[in-house]
Amino acid sequence: MQLIRRFAGYLHKYRLWAALAVFCVAAETVFELVIPMIMVNIVDVGVANGDRAYIFQQGALMCVCSVIAMALGVGSARFSALCGHGLAAEVRKAEYAKIQSFSFANRDRFQTESLVTRLTSDVTTIQNAVINGLRPGIRSPIMMVTALSMSFLINARLALVFLVAAPTLGFLLFQIIRHVRPLYSRMQRAIDLVNRIVQENLTAVRIVKAYVRGEYEIEKFGQVNDNLCQVSRQAMRIAVLNMPAMQLVMYSTILAILWIGGGMIIGGTMQIGKLTGFLSYVLQVLNSLMMFSSVFLLLTRAIASGQRIFEVIDEPLDITEEDAKDVTVERGAIEFDHVSFQYRAGAAEYVLRDISLTIPAGSTVGIIGGTGSAKSTLVQLIPRLYDATEGTVRVDGRPVREYPLAHLRDAIAMVLQKNTLFSGTVRDNLRWGKPDATDAEIEEACRIACVDEFIGRLENGYDTDLGQGGVNVSGGQKQRLCIARAILKKPKVLILDDSTSAVDMVTEAKIRDGLAQCLPDTTKIIIAQRISSVLNADLIVILDNGWINEVGTHWSLLEHNRIYQEIYHSQQEGAGL
Amino acid sequence: MAMRTPGSYKRPKDLKKALRRLCRYLGMHRLTLAVVAVLVIISSLANLMGTYLLKPVINNFIAPGDLPGLTRAILGMAVMYAVGALATFGYNQLMVRTAQQVVARIRQDLFTHVQSLPLQYFDAHTHGELMSHFTNDVDTVTDALNNSFTLLIQSFCMVTGTITLLIVLNARLSLIVIAFLAAMTAFILYSSKRSKHYFAQQQKHLGELNGFVEEMVAGQKVEKVFNHEPQDFARFCQLNESLRKAGTSAASYAGMMVPTVVSLSYVNYAVAACVGGLFVLAGHSDLGSLSSYLILVRQSAMPLNQLTQQSNFLLSALSGAERIFNLMDVAPEVDEGDITLVRVRPEADGSLTEVPERTGHYAWKCPEAGGSRLVPLKGDVRFDHVTFSYVPGKPVLRDVSLFARPGETIAFVGSTGAGKTTIINLITRFYEIDSGTITYDGLDLRRIRKHDLRRSLSVVVQDTHLFTGTIADNIRYGRLSANDEEVRQAAVLANADSFIRRLPDGYNTQLSGDGDNLSQGQRQLLAIARAAVAKPPVFILDEATSSIDTRTEKLIEQGLDSLMEGRTVFVIAHRLSTVRNADAILVVEQGQVIERGDHAALLEQKGRYYQLYTGQSQLA
Repeated sequence: MQLIRRFAGYLHKYRLWAALAVFCVAAETVFELVIPMIMVNIVDVGVANGDRAYIFQQGALMCVCSVIAMALGVGSARFSALCGHGLAAEVRKAEYAKIQSFSFANRDRFQTESLVTRLTSDVTTIQNAVINGLRPGIRSPIMMVTALSMSFLINARLALVFLVAAPTLGFLLFQIIRHVRPLYSRMQRAIDLVNRIVQENLTAVRIVKAYVRGEYEIEKFGQVNDNLCQVSRQAMRIAVLNMPAMQLVMYSTILAILWIGGGMIIGGTMQIGKLTGFLSYVLQVLNSLMMFSSVFLLLTRAIASGQRIFEVIDEPLDITEEDAKDVTVERGAIEFDHVSFQYRAGAAEYVLRDISLTIPAGSTVGIIGGTGSAKSTLVQLIPRLYDATEGTVRVDGRPVREYPLAHLRDAIAMVLQKNTLFSGTVRDNLRWGKPDATDAEIEEACRIACVDEFIGRLENGYDTDLGQGGVNVSGGQKQRLCIARAILKKPKVLILDDSTSAVDMVTEAKIRDGLAQCLPDTTKIIIAQRISSVLNADLIVILDNGWINEVGTHWSLLEHNRIYQEIYHSQQEGAGL
Repeated sequence: MAMRTPGSYKRPKDLKKALRRLCRYLGMHRLTLAVVAVLVIISSLANLMGTYLLKPVINNFIAPGDLPGLTRAILGMAVMYAVGALATFGYNQLMVRTAQQVVARIRQDLFTHVQSLPLQYFDAHTHGELMSHFTNDVDTVTDALNNSFTLLIQSFCMVTGTITLLIVLNARLSLIVIAFLAAMTAFILYSSKRSKHYFAQQQKHLGELNGFVEEMVAGQKVEKVFNHEPQDFARFCQLNESLRKAGTSAASYAGMMVPTVVSLSYVNYAVAACVGGLFVLAGHSDLGSLSSYLILVRQSAMPLNQLTQQSNFLLSALSGAERIFNLMDVAPEVDEGDITLVRVRPEADGSLTEVPERTGHYAWKCPEAGGSRLVPLKGDVRFDHVTFSYVPGKPVLRDVSLFARPGETIAFVGSTGAGKTTIINLITRFYEIDSGTITYDGLDLRRIRKHDLRRSLSVVVQDTHLFTGTIADNIRYGRLSANDEEVRQAAVLANADSFIRRLPDGYNTQLSGDGDNLSQGQRQLLAIARAAVAKPPVFILDEATSSIDTRTEKLIEQGLDSLMEGRTVFVIAHRLSTVRNADAILVVEQGQVIERGDHAALLEQKGRYYQLYTGQSQLA
């Protein structure tokens, strides 16, 4: 119920259409109740009395009424379509906006596919519930009330049969829905499982083939497939019970009325003509109850989807701008003050432990450390992609929480390890760094990132379409494009998270020189695996399992730091240092 | 009950063929289906009869005051109704069972077939496309089996029954009614065609929005880093709005259908009543039969509507089935090999005996006239003038000849796109060569059964994919029979043990979504452990350590060294420190091997490798 009220909130913009839709359906229903009365008149009055004029008059009246009913019906279709799709659009918008505001930590709690489903098919379910449910949802109660009162008017005593029939049917339908609902959500989970295995087999097809695991995967699929078959069978078996249940009640009611009514007629307390009329109302009442139950089933599914949607919308944001003041980053000095971090509150392990580090504005800092030593996590705390669990991260002496997120992130450019290019042209992608960048600026950035020559070789140059995920671009070229994109931001702080791993050393050195020249005042933080990448940095930080092992320069570290020496020696014989 | 929109309605190209194949699936349930059909007819008849018996019961028993007669009649009707309700219950339950079994069967067959497809197929089709066969197409078939089948029989009975009765009761008047019914059918067919257009529009916009959302949600971290939310939100709103507009048109059009048909049926009724009334007045007919005739007229519209709608659903299900069957018709990977891989025990005299248990020794079993020959598995791989192209006419490898002696480590270096990974793809026989030959221990690669060939190789590829399940499950993927200790040892070898033990649940930590919660380096360590647990004679490492720091890589190397002893290893790496110790380094450029030798020899040669090594030219 609360869920419905919340959805109604999203309908606000379309409330006029909603009102019109309700009105049209109600009016149409009234007409449909009137038309049969005219219908009866044609035969019972017109034909019986031999009144031609009356026959034609009523016939014409009926045609007019039909046309009006049709207009109302078309109107209700139009207005409920407007409402349904309007509601869907509003909900999608709100959900998308919410997902956009998710922090990295929020985002880690949902899988990509799950978010996409919640934004698309779950919203479609709600939309269809409105479009398909509105008409029967309004029509059937009106029908029911009218038919009920009519039958009470005809014979109140006989109508008492309803007092048994309607609650019985209601009870049966309620039981069905009550049992089916948990099965529906189990079914949804079973479908998710099947889809996940298919998806995994598509992405990892090479692994499956290389390890000759086809049979194994087929067996695995067989299990989830059987499970889905079982669960949906259980669910559907109960769901389809509504037909026989409905028939059972309907037929019993007809028989009961025939018997009791027949007795009344024979006993002389009821006229025979009334019985026929009464029976047709009985059928109407039960039919509308049936219709209403289908609305209920629609609602059941919609509620399941609604809950999934609100799980997203209600997800508490763990990075907010509560403490933000109107300040911008001026210089780019960074300070970690006893910072500890864990991904999940209460997790046994800290990912970062008691990090204290001062990075002066304009300096270049290298971060080096083994796989899983939390290098990426450390730098992601600076633009508040995650918030530190303990301790404070400061930029220009001010805690990062005090900057509005937009200002903070505008000042900090970061090239992620797992980077993405988006569909669109090379230019479109570069303009992510600066939406109004001129061609000259773009070319300059590409020159610094040493990717100009690659773009020059492309058929359409900067207007080449990259396709989703930047598929036509090799790893090294992609990394350089991402660097160019970051340079365009002209940031106060530039973070390169292992962004040149697929770039050869000579080119990498050129990029470094270019950066030093064009962004001399920018604080540069470079995460790297190659010593050569950080050799000339003002400071080199060695991370080991989330601790700072040591901070120093190349020469001081090389002299006595064991980890650094090991890394150095592992690379020393490699390509020229 | 079935409130579906004819959205996915598409006419199948070869309706009969799809229907025939679907029938083959239904074939094993044909007895059940026959029972279902009979039950549907019984239930519809009971329903129809029930309505028509009301009048005689009233006229014959109630009017004359025949109470015992009434009781008898009601008991008779009760029996009939009970049979009807039971029949409804019966066919519903039977149909649910059949539908779910058939659909599960189709899904299983589809999955099995997809497993057998060659890699080219996956290269040429997007995951979304393939996925949609499993979701959308299977769903339409399920829906049709669940509802349309029985509803179609039911409405067909009702329509033919009603029309027959109409003609029997009053043939002349029926001309008008049937003309109206025909007009209604034409209208329904016409507007479903029109709404098909609108639904296609809606589908297109929905597809665009889905694509955008997928890309943005997947790339959200970059979006955040670049503060790009406002621009993307604006674009989202644009797409969202066009979807809303297209959707509204489609739904309006579809929603119009029922009220229009209902109204038309009222007009039909009015005309029939007027004309029928004139007939009565003219003495051609009597009042009573006109009333019952008109009831029939009133009832004829809805089953007609249902009949046309259900046939649309059935058609769209058939086109879904057709797409599924088309996929099932794609030729599977060919495997004409007859040489198999067997476990052997070397005897004292140097001969080999095939044994069932794991000995650490393998041999190729070559069937020959009058028995078979055992060739010891050594890992000797040779390419002899091999030319290969992914796309005909665009050769990726040109006249490549190379050899790897057993126990050697062979490294490939060269620019991206030079063809290094392609060479690997040919050794694993993911693709077929255009010309030349590849031999494995002196045997033509094509003669070796693919399964056995791949079992002799362990590949760690650049993109590490992990599966839903625990860390231990993922490592065990390399060899399903590996016990916990072997899994742990493999992890130690790959230097993954330390990070795994620090995870909340250690080896039992659940991975989800392709191991999203691990770093790229950690995923590569797991992939190496997975390969290590397989203990294959030949190892292939394709950029397997690109995201692992050099120090860890060194540690892994030490671990792998013991494992690789006596095994042939192929390594692709752009980090030259990784390949330095290889027995032979092959420099691949533009689909050709341009240099071969060990590190020292190549440096001396002062060729391409020397340039790469000294950083004079770049690998990109």
